[in-house]
Amino acid sequence: MSSTATGIGAPVRRKEDFRFITGHGQYTDDVVRPGETKAVFVRSPHAHAKIKNIDVSAAKKMPGVVDILTGAQLATDKIGNLICGWMIHSKDGTPMKMSAHPALAASKVNCVGDAVAVVIAETTAQGKDAAEKVIVDYEVLKAVIDPAKAQAKDAPQIHADIPNNTIYQWHLGDAKAVAAAFAAAKHVTKIDLVNNRLSPNAMEPRAALAEYDEGTDNLTLWNTSQNPHVARLVIAAFVGMAPEHKLRVIAPDVGGGFGSKIFIYPEEVVCLWAARKVKRPVKWTSDRSEAFLTDAHGRDHVTHAELALDANGKILALRAKTIANLGAYMSTFSSSVPTYLYATLLSGQYNIPSIYCEVDAVYTNTAPVDAYRGAGRPEATFVIERLVEVSARQLGLDPVDLRRRNFITAFPHQTPVIMAYDAGDYNASLKKALEIADVKGFGKRKREAARHGKLRGIGYSTYIEACGIAPSQAVGSLGAGVGLWESAEVRVNPTGSVEVLTGCHAHGQGHETTFAQLVSERLGIPFENVSIVHGDTDKVQFGMGTYGSRSGAVGMSAIVKALDKIEAKAKKVAAYVLEAAEGDIEFKDGKFTVAGTDKSAAWGDVALNAYIAHKFVGADLEPGLKETSFYDPTNFTFPAGCHICEVEVDIETGKTEIVNWTAVDDFGTIINPMIVEGQVHGGIAQGVGQAMMEGVVYSAEGQLVSGSFMDYTMPRAHDLPSFHVGLTETKSPSNPLGIKGCGEAGAIASPAAVINAITDAIGSEDLAMPATANAVWSALQRATPRQAA
Amino acid sequence: MPAVSMTVNGKAVSGNVEERTLLVQFLREQLRLTGTHVGCDTSQCGACVIHLDGVSAKSCTLLALQCEGANITTIEGVALSDGKLHPMQEAFREHHGLQCGYCTPGMIMAALDIVRRNGNDLDEHTIREQLDGNICRCTGYHNIVKAIAAGAKNMKGAAA
Repeated sequence: MSSTATGIGAPVRRKEDFRFITGHGQYTDDVVRPGETKAVFVRSPHAHAKIKNIDVSAAKKMPGVVDILTGAQLATDKIGNLICGWMIHSKDGTPMKMSAHPALAASKVNCVGDAVAVVIAETTAQGKDAAEKVIVDYEVLKAVIDPAKAQAKDAPQIHADIPNNTIYQWHLGDAKAVAAAFAAAKHVTKIDLVNNRLSPNAMEPRAALAEYDEGTDNLTLWNTSQNPHVARLVIAAFVGMAPEHKLRVIAPDVGGGFGSKIFIYPEEVVCLWAARKVKRPVKWTSDRSEAFLTDAHGRDHVTHAELALDANGKILALRAKTIANLGAYMSTFSSSVPTYLYATLLSGQYNIPSIYCEVDAVYTNTAPVDAYRGAGRPEATFVIERLVEVSARQLGLDPVDLRRRNFITAFPHQTPVIMAYDAGDYNASLKKALEIADVKGFGKRKREAARHGKLRGIGYSTYIEACGIAPSQAVGSLGAGVGLWESAEVRVNPTGSVEVLTGCHAHGQGHETTFAQLVSERLGIPFENVSIVHGDTDKVQFGMGTYGSRSGAVGMSAIVKALDKIEAKAKKVAAYVLEAAEGDIEFKDGKFTVAGTDKSAAWGDVALNAYIAHKFVGADLEPGLKETSFYDPTNFTFPAGCHICEVEVDIETGKTEIVNWTAVDDFGTIINPMIVEGQVHGGIAQGVGQAMMEGVVYSAEGQLVSGSFMDYTMPRAHDLPSFHVGLTETKSPSNPLGIKGCGEAGAIASPAAVINAITDAIGSEDLAMPATANAVWSALQRATPRQAA
Repeated sequence: MPAVSMTVNGKAVSGNVEERTLLVQFLREQLRLTGTHVGCDTSQCGACVIHLDGVSAKSCTLLALQCEGANITTIEGVALSDGKLHPMQEAFREHHGLQCGYCTPGMIMAALDIVRRNGNDLDEHTIREQLDGNICRCTGYHNIVKAIAAGAKNMKGAAA
């Protein structure tokens, strides 16, 4: 805990809030450039079709139209394809099969919403009018939507060069050891799970504003991005839009991401290309209907999983077979989500001697699927936490007891699926959660509920995740096309105020506050004298952005390393100022002192002297006080904890209410508990949304049925309770601050807790997500068929 | 294009708009009051809530021309005249009722109308029910609910 009101551990109110609560945030759509035009995309109404002809002649004559561009022109201009940057090899050693993904389809569309042309117009309304006049002649083909049917012999082949719509057939673990363990098992639990497809729905829709400067041949892109440098790299090096140094990407205030704004999408590519062609700025702002169609979706796994246990309830082995739907094209990091972000976490918090997981990734005629809050880890948690809960019920054991019998208690712990857990105390978080949730009183509450015609159930989720993404060499060996270190630059100004330029990007996480807390405490300077700069490739050196709960563990570690260098340099300057030996200089609470004397220099004096350079010569010490760091973590971090959900189910309607939610998480060191709790709340809400409300629905023909907030149920205030949040702490040994990361935990833990609670209430495991009132009611009917009158 | 005049945040404004121009477009694009946001196209999310003659309204669901002569308040007009934050704005900051900030203007405008309709002593159930027209994806509503309850109380104090 910090000794100051603004240091590490203090619930500091956020620096960024003033602009947001007064309406002065600056999101991409709020940026306006002189002469700006608007882009409106012409999108496929068919899930799968050949493009026979596109006639833009009538549309071009519409009022306000500046130009209309098609996929054929994109190809002529040699604008490259979008790519997936993580190579996965199939079990036979062959590389994954990635289809071409042009930013505008020229010959064939593969999902509803695939863009085939773009109208550049003076206003959005004029662009929409003209887009309706673009005549596209399609030859409609049969579509495949269900991932479980995508590999069937009679399924339509989506990409001509990719047989059976199969991207890869990957596996992890020791199949033989697992088979032997299952053969020897006293009990085997088998479950079939669907991890439902989700629409990310950050409240700010995606947007892109591109500007071309003829004088310098420079392109600038304002973009709703979680990682502007990665966007620039991909658009430069793979799409070939412009050399990297001639492209500037600015991600200003970004209104939520949850993964969906990591990826490089067709629209920003097309806006850049169009801006250069029409020589005017081009802006596209997604409307919500487009967002539902085109933002990369999340999850969408079909899984069969089995758990082998001995007579004492000790887990012997786990095996799982998953089909992962990656949609019509491979999005930027899509391949990694159902593989190395999924199967590597199947051990959960448990000592499982052997695990084997097979994953087939398939194309379907649906929107691309990629990382969404948790990305693979919620899917893994759902598998293991459902298996454990169902096993306990089948064995007649208390689910808490079964968990305790199998918890990992010694660290480091090498799982059979790559990960080496470095620190944790799973009994501690479970114990605290049991107390906060008053599990002892559950029986009484259940009896009370029964008197009111309600079925009360309780469900647990003792989850683990791998965050602090990620050690570069490790992910490189697993196929990542990038390193996952982070950068920081600390600039001390002559007046002693400090700017920190970080390669992370905040889109709700509050980095401007937490990063400033770190700097304030470390340098002993006022919190107000620190500003955090991010999201502009012209200002900030290369950085990897924010996702995978990495900004604290990796991004702040980079700042720590840069601050180490700042302190070392400042001590050299102080030695000259104080006319003492460098080794005698001590730095504490913003003051430099000479050991054993009363001589001292304030932080500001040393900063000024670093720049005026009057007391030393350049040959001995470079003027200035600015340092850079690139920090690469030594391991993932492993946040873990216990969530307990208590529900009441109305027997007559199936309507389910969450009546109590307890979350106890171990995130290691906490910089700002207020912000951490907020992250937990939001994560739980998204997980509850998945478990009870949300689900992307396509018709068999590939039409998106859940295409608006009227059809896709977002959690609203009255759908959720207030949450009881607690913390335990074991520090991560893998970074200098001991941080583990908190951004995804809620979304990872919660779906299993909800479904474990509802299935406990209704006494049936036959319940899929989302557990809507109708689904719960139907499950009740299946479980207890009504007697004929 | 027809002309429209109204009062926005206490100032008389006018402009020429297409018949189909929405109030939110007029506010954002012509008046450059970009604090009012657009989060959907079906009047579901509430990011665009403003006050029309003192009552909350979704500005994506009104034509600019419908607002001829109206008195509009947007998030930019909520702070008190001495430049201090409104107690409801202050409560959102104090209780961490926002993360990415995108839904926040609409939440604050909706919250002020919840207080107008229900008074300063709001229980959790009332706040949650009455927030039905506003979606937040970041906070899980927990801290928004706390902020609105506290802001409502503090408004009473501020008025006294």
